[in-house]
Amino acid sequence: MSQNKRPDGRSLNELRPISIKLGVNKNADGSCFLEWGKNTVIATVNGPKPIFPKHLADPTKAVIDYKYRMASFSVTERKSPVPGKRDKEISLVSGHALEAAVMVEQFPNTVIDVNVLILSADAGTRVAALTAASLAAADAGLPMRGLISAVAAGRADGSLVLDLDKNDEDTKDAVDMACAFLMPQKELALLQMDGFVDKKDCSKILETALKGAEMVYEIQKKALIEKYPMEGDIQ
Amino acid sequence: MSDTDIIKIINSEKAKKLLDESKRADGRDLLEYRNIEIQRGVMKSADGSAWVKLGDTEIIAGVKFAVGTPYTDSPDEGSIVINLEMSGIASADIGTGPPSLEAMEYGRVVDRVIRSSECIDFKDLNIVTGEKSFIIYVDCYTMNADGNLIDAAQYAAMAALLDTKIPKLDENNNIILKEYTDKKLNIDFDKIAVSFTFGKYKDKIIADTTEVEDLATEARFTLGVCKNDVVAYHKGGGKGTFKIEDINKIMDIATAKYLEIKNKICDKQ
Repeated sequence: MSQNKRPDGRSLNELRPISIKLGVNKNADGSCFLEWGKNTVIATVNGPKPIFPKHLADPTKAVIDYKYRMASFSVTERKSPVPGKRDKEISLVSGHALEAAVMVEQFPNTVIDVNVLILSADAGTRVAALTAASLAAADAGLPMRGLISAVAAGRADGSLVLDLDKNDEDTKDAVDMACAFLMPQKELALLQMDGFVDKKDCSKILETALKGAEMVYEIQKKALIEKYPMEGDIQ
Repeated sequence: MSDTDIIKIINSEKAKKLLDESKRADGRDLLEYRNIEIQRGVMKSADGSAWVKLGDTEIIAGVKFAVGTPYTDSPDEGSIVINLEMSGIASADIGTGPPSLEAMEYGRVVDRVIRSSECIDFKDLNIVTGEKSFIIYVDCYTMNADGNLIDAAQYAAMAALLDTKIPKLDENNNIILKEYTDKKLNIDFDKIAVSFTFGKYKDKIIADTTEVEDLATEARFTLGVCKNDVVAYHKGGGKGTFKIEDINKIMDIATAKYLEIKNKICDKQ
């Protein structure tokens, strides 16, 4: 990589441009439209509401029914719209991550529906999806401990990098670590990685991801304040 | 809510109280493992098999070969599919019907740990470039579920792969049933990965959780380790969170334990 620049001109620790619009969907309790580089994501949140079938209810908390789906046209070769194992697994772990932020224990025996659709994909969709979903939950007025600020970090072409895009991901030694932090607590609510990395680099990648998550968190707060003007800072 | 559910909730509350004092119902330390027993070559009908007992958790893994078309981006390579089955045999609480989300999640984690360690030489599974290659199916059946299914399934799958013989092919490159070549599946012993799963309760990290402890813990974290390298991360198991220091600590625990478990998986039998 020449002079620590990536093919798209970004430096190693630079995020792709992120733009956020809240309350884009009239029917939903909360919604978020997010563009993250060439990723485009829409997320809606509905609930808490009664849960059916009843045996799925949890008497200690609301169940978050998180659905991560990719539009058939979101990738180069048409993807079947039927959710595969990958979609289901991402949905499950992302739902858990969002439960760390939303005060689900306040709404026992209910369900909160979260739907995320990836309209255009360019690597890092699960983190973009979670970033959008947590904003949609805030837009829906759900009580929250913080926001989920998610970002990927990893290795591309021999360097440790933040926010891998498809170019970075297609390099030979690429490793992609998807991280979702509960902010401002800086706790990991989701962490997924596969690839060969030594222990030291793992720690470094996590630190890089945390720095990235802090940047994402600032962008998220700005979007919230824009929609809901208030004085002072969100803690 | 059935009776077994209620008993489980009561037991998990007990487990929580014990964990508060850093104790466990079976007397183990927080980072202590249950007894691990691995037996290879247990099933005659499979191309490779292994039976793993991890405390009361029991998983049998069986390997079957098939011939298929290679992926277009790797025309000279075979491929692997790893699955985890959780049926009524595993536990009284598992009903019939499509596989549960958890079983699918566990299976995918096991798949990722083995796949990303690159211990299998997929080029060795090529038959006719671009047209035919071997697909290895590894199916892990849970015989008895008592927690930490991911690790038990990963040991079973890996041990079964080590036991795997490559079948003979006829002139049309179809598998001749029950006839094997002298060749074993080509596995790089230096790259064998081991999965380590930990539970988190409050600020405590717990190794090799039982089913009751699974219910008591707030989150689960799995990492795949190969010597001093990490090959996979996966956080699951609920709304709990981990700090970066937790992950660093877990990496140290796992890499220190790696050789012991790898030797059990690779044990000559």
